[in-house]
Amino acid sequence: MATATEGQQHPLSIYFWIWGLLFVLSAASYGTDFLPHGIPRSVLIVALMLAKAGFIIAIFMHMKWERGALAWAILGPPVLLLFLIGFMVNEGKLTEGTRVESFTPPPAVVPVEHH
Amino acid sequence: MAHEGTAAAPEGMKGFVTDWSADKQAFHVPWGKAMMWIFLLSDTFIFTSFLVGYGHDRISTAAAWPNPSEVFALNIFGIDMPLILIAIMTFVLITSSGTMAMAVNYGYRGDRAKAAGLMLITAAFGAVFVGMQAFEWTKLIIEGVRPWENPFGAEQFGATFFMITGFHGLHVSAGVIYLTIIARRVINGFYEKPGRKGNYEIVEITGLYWHFVDLVWVFIFAFFYLW
Repeated sequence: MATATEGQQHPLSIYFWIWGLLFVLSAASYGTDFLPHGIPRSVLIVALMLAKAGFIIAIFMHMKWERGALAWAILGPPVLLLFLIGFMVNEGKLTEGTRVESFTPPPAVVPVEHH
Repeated sequence: MAHEGTAAAPEGMKGFVTDWSADKQAFHVPWGKAMMWIFLLSDTFIFTSFLVGYGHDRISTAAAWPNPSEVFALNIFGIDMPLILIAIMTFVLITSSGTMAMAVNYGYRGDRAKAAGLMLITAAFGAVFVGMQAFEWTKLIIEGVRPWENPFGAEQFGATFFMITGFHGLHVSAGVIYLTIIARRVINGFYEKPGRKGNYEIVEITGLYWHFVDLVWVFIFAFFYLW
């Protein structure tokens, strides 16, 4: 292989297609802002986000054409972050619970006993 | 850069095991590219930590979270457009990713003028993005948003907003400088010198960084602005 042609070379057309697709997906992402808050909106936000991220990594960053040794070494470790997300969401809910319980002023009519 | 055995190496799971199980080069890519990917992996952990921290703050606060759709709305020609500035910023960054992908392509073709030109256009879009972010920061600061308080609700909103968008903006700014330096070298014929033999893998490596900055914005857009 000649040095100059060693790297990732693909027809320009694939970049234009993905470029256009990312515009459409981004417009759709922006569109979710006009939906009422709820599960369907959240699912749509995450789905569009993952689709955009996937196309950027796979096509623009050429991961689709890299060998498994590199792809697994880079894309594997972030999976661990799902644990971090899970733990911290759980922790956040616990903290909110204790804040609501402890920092909400009690009803004034309840007598307080002093010892 | 020697690529020993690339042609004969098996594909798929077998290839994955073969590449890792011998005392030899595991990544059949230029070292600069492997190192950029490893840097981006570490950056992924940093940005995820920020976003998880933001998520935790937002979940744990008992105060009402400000509605980003209203906070980031702009009044254009008498119409209140929700989140419009952020949407434009998103399109600017995606456009810059497209020009970057084309720069990589022209770099490998040895078309120095087009590669460098497209890199400079990419850098210009990046500068526009940072400019719009500065406008957004200014607007929020005038409205009274601070890292410790804001008039719209939960205090954590200000803290996480400045932290996350600030760190991302810093990445974009660094990318603009990086792109400008490499584009200048491409034009000057730095990579045509003996020993470099017209090798433009550096354009792809710079591109990886730039696309990553766009990638991070996709997640910030989804979780901070839309959620």
